[in-house]
Amino acid sequence: MIGQLDLLHQAIFVLAALVVFSSFFLLSHSRLTSAIHGFAFQGMLVAAVAALMARAGGNPHLYLSALLTFTLKGLLIPWMLHRLVRRLDMEREVENIAHPVVLVLVGMALVVFSYWVALPIERMQATETRNIVAVSVAVVLLGMWMLIARRQVVAQVLGFMSMENGLFLAAVSSTQGMPLVVELGVAFDVLVAAVLFGVFFFHIKESIDSLDVDRLNRLTEGKEA
Amino acid sequence: MSTLSNFSGWLLALFQLALFAMAAPLLAGWIKWLKARLQNRRGSSPLQPYRDLHKLFGKEVLVAETASAVFRAAPYIVFGATLLAAASLPLLTVKLPTAAIADMIVMVGFLALARFFLALAGMDTGSAFGGMGASREMLVSALAEPAMLMAIFTLAMSAHSTNLSSISSWVLNEGAILRPSFMFALLGLALVAVAETGRIPVDNPDTHLELTMIHEAMILEYSGRHLALMEWAAQLKLLLYGVLVVNVFFPWGIAESFAPGALALGLAALTAKLLLLSMILAVSETVLAKMRLFRAPQFLNLAFLLAVLGLLSFVILESGT
Repeated sequence: MIGQLDLLHQAIFVLAALVVFSSFFLLSHSRLTSAIHGFAFQGMLVAAVAALMARAGGNPHLYLSALLTFTLKGLLIPWMLHRLVRRLDMEREVENIAHPVVLVLVGMALVVFSYWVALPIERMQATETRNIVAVSVAVVLLGMWMLIARRQVVAQVLGFMSMENGLFLAAVSSTQGMPLVVELGVAFDVLVAAVLFGVFFFHIKESIDSLDVDRLNRLTEGKEA
Repeated sequence: MSTLSNFSGWLLALFQLALFAMAAPLLAGWIKWLKARLQNRRGSSPLQPYRDLHKLFGKEVLVAETASAVFRAAPYIVFGATLLAAASLPLLTVKLPTAAIADMIVMVGFLALARFFLALAGMDTGSAFGGMGASREMLVSALAEPAMLMAIFTLAMSAHSTNLSSISSWVLNEGAILRPSFMFALLGLALVAVAETGRIPVDNPDTHLELTMIHEAMILEYSGRHLALMEWAAQLKLLLYGVLVVNVFFPWGIAESFAPGALALGLAALTAKLLLLSMILAVSETVLAKMRLFRAPQFLNLAFLLAVLGLLSFVILESGT
């Protein structure tokens, strides 16, 4: 029961729950710039969880990964995406989500599913924060669902990046973090991915004059219907 | 429990109910005054709702020719059901005998009964406005009720009881614990409360002149004491949701015995908490604009999402052994 844990662990649980909520925010938010802010918020939340875990478990190297996550996913990547969106002149872009309610309902089902999946893992572990495994699986699945359901390229990229947030959360909460080398590798992977995505944004925008990937299905040349 | 303390308990319950009914217009007037001050207007005195009610009770009742008995009975049923719902809440103390009679689900049921008759009365005279208001009210409430019940179930699962008084005392006993489930349930319930009491951004409580109005459209045909009862019921509902939020999630200060000192402390704590809550409400109503009616389902979908996340985070994060 949560009542028996100390304040630090309670705060970790609250932050972990907020990470899931920010995933839902990303999933259902149609305005591009505020979705990017939501992603930055999620990055900061994950970094805060890592920092608190470092404090709770006495693992100083987790402070480093918290700092890395904060600067990369909380500040740098959102800033890069923001700049891209501004340069593509899409600051006021609002994606037309077809069924927002269905989107969220399926997301809720995914959270339940990830709880069911994570149950056997939780039984094997003895750490206090083992419950967060289900939360991180949910964040990964919600990111994947965002990749499938959203049609805006920037939204899909945000979904992809938030999947990485979920993985990081799982690593931090269940195994006291990955080795620093792995973490650095993943962090720079994500950074490079963000840069490459930026290049792709320009190409897609140039060739179909929009970032809606559904248009990629149309093979008509010249004038569109 | 001896007969004497039981008797004084019932007496206190009656007193508490009277206090509830008497304080409701004050809260509504206070929020209105606060909003006016925030918008650089002088605003009418916080006591204005009392004067309005007094004036309306003294006026003649005009009933449309097409109205049936439902129209005449509805104000009494609406007011009575809302008052009964209010009776099940712990206002000053948690150990009232009325608490044993009704739990949260009964409370939601009373509110649903009141809303049903409100909608019927809106449609009864056959005016276009009444029917429109009724259909909108039903749209909002059909979406708000599942969210509210989910939030309530989150509380009930944590406290192992659907009784509001037991939940309050359970939270008191557990002390201050950060619970993700309570946080989500609180947010979800707050959004539901905003929608159900017809505040901005779902409905505008201050005007009779908008085509988008919901609550005012339904009671447009009422006059005299009928209108007074309807408005009083709406003010009661506002106070009811306010007390529900502050006394269930933040019950600190509420009296756990019938001692006069503890009751006075409970009253002071309740006043302070409601003051804070009304300030938050006034600020949010000043900052936000009323949204289109067709955005209301999305707003309530958010409330539902928050409530379900509360339930899920209880199951996932808090219930492990």
